[in-house]
Amino acid sequence: MDTSQYLEMFIEESKEHLQSCNEQLLALENHPEDIGIVNEIFRSAHTLKGMSATMGYDDIAHLTHEMENILDRIRNEQLGVTTNLLDVVFQSVDVLEEMVIDIASGGSGKKDVQLLVKRLKEIESGNSSIEETAATTVSDVEAAQLHYDEFERTVIAQSLEQGFSAFEIQVELREDCLLKAARVFMVFEVLEKHGEVIKTEPGVEQLENEDFGQRFLLVLLTNESVDKIQSLIQKVSEVEKVSIHPVQNEAAPAEEKVIEQQLGSQSETGHPQPEKPVLSERGNQPTGLHAVSKTIRVNIDRLDGLMNLFEELVIDRGRLQSIAGTLQNPELTETVERMTRVSGDLQSIILNMRMIPIETVFNRFPKMVRQLARELDKKIKLTIVGAETELDRTVIDEIGDPLVHLIRNALDHGIESPAERAAQGKPMEGNITLRAYHSGNHVFIELEDDGAGINREKVLEKAIANGLVSPEMTDSMTDHQVAELILSSGFSTAEEISDVSGRGVGLDVVKTTIESLGGSISIRSTSGQGSLFQVQLPLTLSIISVLLVELGTEVYAVPLSSIIETAVIHRSEVMDVHHQQVIDFRGSIVPIVFLKDIFDLPREQQEDDYYSVVIIRKGDQLAALVVDSFIGQQEIVLKSLGNYLQSIFAVSGATILGNGQVALIVDYNALIK
Amino acid sequence: MTIPVEQKAMKVIVFQLEEKEYAVGVQFIQSIERMQSITRVPNAPSFVKGVINLRGVVTPIIDLREKLDLAPKEMDEQTRIIIVTLEKYDVGLIVDAANDVIDLPVTAIEPQPEVVGTVASAFISGVAKVDKRLFVMLDLEKLLEPIKRGDTNDG
Repeated sequence: MDTSQYLEMFIEESKEHLQSCNEQLLALENHPEDIGIVNEIFRSAHTLKGMSATMGYDDIAHLTHEMENILDRIRNEQLGVTTNLLDVVFQSVDVLEEMVIDIASGGSGKKDVQLLVKRLKEIESGNSSIEETAATTVSDVEAAQLHYDEFERTVIAQSLEQGFSAFEIQVELREDCLLKAARVFMVFEVLEKHGEVIKTEPGVEQLENEDFGQRFLLVLLTNESVDKIQSLIQKVSEVEKVSIHPVQNEAAPAEEKVIEQQLGSQSETGHPQPEKPVLSERGNQPTGLHAVSKTIRVNIDRLDGLMNLFEELVIDRGRLQSIAGTLQNPELTETVERMTRVSGDLQSIILNMRMIPIETVFNRFPKMVRQLARELDKKIKLTIVGAETELDRTVIDEIGDPLVHLIRNALDHGIESPAERAAQGKPMEGNITLRAYHSGNHVFIELEDDGAGINREKVLEKAIANGLVSPEMTDSMTDHQVAELILSSGFSTAEEISDVSGRGVGLDVVKTTIESLGGSISIRSTSGQGSLFQVQLPLTLSIISVLLVELGTEVYAVPLSSIIETAVIHRSEVMDVHHQQVIDFRGSIVPIVFLKDIFDLPREQQEDDYYSVVIIRKGDQLAALVVDSFIGQQEIVLKSLGNYLQSIFAVSGATILGNGQVALIVDYNALIK
Repeated sequence: MTIPVEQKAMKVIVFQLEEKEYAVGVQFIQSIERMQSITRVPNAPSFVKGVINLRGVVTPIIDLREKLDLAPKEMDEQTRIIIVTLEKYDVGLIVDAANDVIDLPVTAIEPQPEVVGTVASAFISGVAKVDKRLFVMLDLEKLLEPIKRGDTNDG
């Protein structure tokens, strides 16, 4: 066995621990006197140290070790929490993250940490020794009974004679431990460096097959001390409790000295009764351990595989529906209806499984804001609301960068400097609120700041200079329209290009990314009072509802989310305005688009007197698409056209219909200018 | 010790276009399909015939005759679609017929002669002569460069 098979787990856990370090460090900055937070960070750092040492990543272990020392001194109130100290610790966590990422991408995880170690040592300034971490309690524990055969007794007797000690070690794994065999292996690996394991209960094979409860026993011959062994085992992650006592001579009295060590702040007597429920106890812990529910880690590829298979099923379901529709057999129809219902439920479960709380994106922002605020010399408070809102993984993967961009923008251009704020009678500290919530079939992410807002004159000046609008147009533009200008390409209102947000790309990149996800972005802003950026995203990207329409012999799909309504209009209602054909739709003038022209299809010579139109919307603009006929609404699976056909005009993707044919999906974004 | 000649051979799939024989290494070929219904993709270059549903994957299909500037030909019973797998995508090529897998000795492959024939030479990586048959080797990477916006109808 080697450690490579645990690498993935190591990386995942390290990331989690580092994230927790980050969060807690930020919390600590706000509550420097809260020792509970320090303990939390300490625990994460300590676990990380143990894991990385086991896996052989010495630089990580080294750096976390130094961090631990500092944290320990804070905990023992020998050191105060200062900004300077936190900066160095933050930096250390950053470097640790880099190393973990390096390992994840196949690197060695090596990095020169001397400088940081030196700085940490300077802060620590002196001679504090590392004290053992978790609370050590001594209590009497009823030992699980081990029976030795003659051979084992002889071996133990001999080694005792040679000056070794024999210990019975009971290791209890955490209840939510996923890879028990891996932990057993890690425990064994640690122990075998310092002695010899001569017996286990249950047997090695059962241990390897994870065929045991939460705890297992082993007998170790070693010349190390109890404390040393204890701390070694404790460094293995997800070990709940370790109790060690010397092997009793068969004849010796049952008086035992047992040292029991617990991780975490739980106090629980180590009664060796397996499957002891500890869930409720955990839930009440004040220091913010994650609420424990029964979960299982699944490789994301498997979920994707499941999704793909389900997509196939949806296609066949569509096919069955159309067959049942033609045959009109009541029994068949009933069965198909049932199947449709069941697969509908299945669909929502599968989609739910792929949902991840947006927290995974949001949780890197507090640190980013802290850093940026210091760089920019501004005082900024970030409030996050609705981090538990869930989104499809595909959306989560893409939304991070646009949000970073928006936040940087708000910090750099939105929030004013403390002096300016004071002059305007605002509190020195600027507020930024990041909010996520569900509404209907969409997820909204909002970024609100109480900064300067969008300066109409400045924006217009710039827009005219860049040729985005003509001076004559400006008077008739609403504030809203002006605000939207800053999303146009080639626009940046910062007078000087700053490090923070002026990187040559403007907010148009944000807009493009969000639109490519099937979402939209809008801005509301009041000059002097702040702005609100609202991003609207679909819940999922893979299965959507569409309206199927017919153009000649071809079938196209229009996403239902973009459709306002369908209508049939008389051709006389079409008017010609400035060489553009428009219709009057409920009082507003809507441009009319003949989809057949867009898609290079010949228009019939004898046109009907009536047009079937689909009214679509993008932002607050409308368009009417003329089609030959409506087929109906259907749930379809979104498929990409692949990398060969990149960006075909007015087509955003494809889907497979019930009859096995491919239908193209109309890209309504391209049809509204 | 002598190395058998067979080891220095490459397996290729042979297909026909205008009586000429072309060869593509088998490692690029995913499957050979019969002609089936193709969904036209508007606003794509004209040699892109459209997309098909290949066992759940939407796969673009191009007309190899048109891509190589050869005269068009009606589809018939012999017409095949060769599904080619490149690093990032699959593309189907419509060919007149495909019916042969042969071992081509590596030594028989020569670079494209300077004299340019009827076929757009940019897509040809070499020619191979075996017995009395002449095979044109296609450079798939060049032939199947991704189509981006702006490559309009007559690309």
